Amino acid sequence: MFESFANTVWEVGASTSRLAVPLFFAAIGGMFSERAGVVNIALEGKMVVGAFVAAVIAFYSGSPWAGFFAGGIAGALVGVIYALSVIEFRANQIVSGTGINLLALGIAPFVCKILFDVTGSTPTLEIAKRFSFEPLAIAVVALAAITYWFYRTIGGLRLQIAGEHPEALAAAGGNVVLTRWLAVTMAGFMAGLGGACLSIFLSSSYSRNMTAGRGFIALAALILGKWRPVQTALACLLFGFSDAIQIRLQGVEIAGIGKVPVQFIQILPYVATLILLTGVIGRSRAPKALGTLDGVR
Amino acid sequence: MSLTEMKASASEILRPVIAALIGLAVGVGLTWFSGEDPFFVASVLFEGAVGNSYNLGMTLFYTTPLIFTGLAVALPFHAGLFNIGAEGQLLMGTMAAAICGIMMPPDSGILAVISGTIVAFVAAALYGSIAGWIRARRGGHEVISTIMLNFIAAGITSWAVLYHFKSLDTQNPESARIADSMLLTPFAFFEGAPVTVAFPLAILVAVIIWIVLNKTVFGFEVVATGQNPDAARVNGIDIARIRILVLAIAGGLAGLVGLAEVFGNAGRFKIGFSADYGFVGIPVALLARCHPVGVIFSAFLFGALHKGSAELDLETTYVTRDVSYLIQAMVILAVSADGIYWLRKRLKLGQKKGAAVV
Repeated sequence: MFESFANTVWEVGASTSRLAVPLFFAAIGGMFSERAGVVNIALEGKMVVGAFVAAVIAFYSGSPWAGFFAGGIAGALVGVIYALSVIEFRANQIVSGTGINLLALGIAPFVCKILFDVTGSTPTLEIAKRFSFEPLAIAVVALAAITYWFYRTIGGLRLQIAGEHPEALAAAGGNVVLTRWLAVTMAGFMAGLGGACLSIFLSSSYSRNMTAGRGFIALAALILGKWRPVQTALACLLFGFSDAIQIRLQGVEIAGIGKVPVQFIQILPYVATLILLTGVIGRSRAPKALGTLDGVR
Repeated sequence: MSLTEMKASASEILRPVIAALIGLAVGVGLTWFSGEDPFFVASVLFEGAVGNSYNLGMTLFYTTPLIFTGLAVALPFHAGLFNIGAEGQLLMGTMAAAICGIMMPPDSGILAVISGTIVAFVAAALYGSIAGWIRARRGGHEVISTIMLNFIAAGITSWAVLYHFKSLDTQNPESARIADSMLLTPFAFFEGAPVTVAFPLAILVAVIIWIVLNKTVFGFEVVATGQNPDAARVNGIDIARIRILVLAIAGGLAGLVGLAEVFGNAGRFKIGFSADYGFVGIPVALLARCHPVGVIFSAFLFGALHKGSAELDLETTYVTRDVSYLIQAMVILAVSADGIYWLRKRLKLGQKKGAAVV
């Protein structure tokens, strides 16, 4: 009895952390962009592109590492397109983000068909061509490094000021435009890594709709985590947890409550984020200059 | 109307048309990279969309929900609100319509259609007003709350359909069927395509929204709130009330998809029935520059794209329906490149005063 319970806890814990990893990379990427003042609803599109490119490169090169970083670089390129349109051309950030998401949804199956003659998915990767635990380790190290960088270095402080008081940054001789460019590109890179985790870590190929809204979930985690690195990582774990237990709890009776419909477990993290938005359980305050063009005029 | 005004309004219409054409041309042109002839792709798209009366009917069938969701995005835009939540709102409305049809006596006929439509509007309006309330009273941004509400609506509707109104005669994830007497008759002209009275109704609703926006006090208050909330407040407009109301009405409009889907097509709530209507409503509204009557035309364009691109799977070797996403993206990017100045004018306050867009 106890052994099976411990076993269950271990299994749920393991799949929780695995499922949280792609969210973590995307959400931390979103943090870079949003703390610098640029809204990022294009995370989804960057994840799609990252997932696709990672699977393709891992397939041809045979190395998951090559695939992983290729996914990141592809995400960064999408980030560059996004930065170009919202920072240089000053397009509306939400409109342009929607466009980027659609572009990614169209381009991945389009290229997939050209390369492999199927739109649905890339060829299956053997075990040697994919990761077993590595992204989890990278995520832990990245969290530590990014948290330190964010709060303890000049670069991190600059990034925060670009999103809070861009005028102050400009007055102090900082370059708001450059800071945002770097932040948005970095966001693309991280979201691309998150997408890569989906195709070469959680599964063994890229398949259509594999992101399943995870870019938006990452955005929710970012807000639930109040735009801070450690809290955001914890929020990703919560989303990962609800993802992990919903399969286990299907049809299981809970004492005093009865069967909990799986849908209720699925929507729990979204409800939590929504309640947070209402300010009832403390506020999640967005960076002051988020979504504005302050400081780049 | 002076000459300058006429010129101005002509360019207002012309520019989105050009942007749409550029988007279409670039999107279709990209198929050249896959070794297909773009002109052939274009002809397949065209044939598939409007080639015969059945195809045209299917295009109009897709156009109908897109008019509703396009309006659900366009109307809040005038109040300075970005409704990403049409998808969740239409799910709630469609579920409400289906439940209403299932619960009513089988011989209710048109009475069920009318009450189902009202229930769909009200349910989706209540759902939309949640985002309005959070924005107006609690300061949480509607873009984020509506994204959350989309996921939540997907969960709630799937729970309601599978646990309480499950179809007993099929294994598919769908609700029980409504009685035959409640089904709308498709127009015979379209040779079996499910085009019903929902389509002309959608056009009528678009015109009504245009009248409300342009000819009523409420419409004036909406536009004033969108253009300059501070000035609107100073002049006695209750901007919180306007924001809640606008998102409620927007939700209700998205909910009217339930009329077309439940009473005009499937006769039930099928999980996954929506071809992303709520999200496609965003480019529909943007292409129309959020003009309610313009939404009819841009909804038709996107409906035609959806129908036409389905043929690509069959007719071409390398190009699939996914190309429609590429074309949509190109249209959005072309529109937003041209519309930058226009959107900035619309969202001037949101962008300027540091009242963040998200």
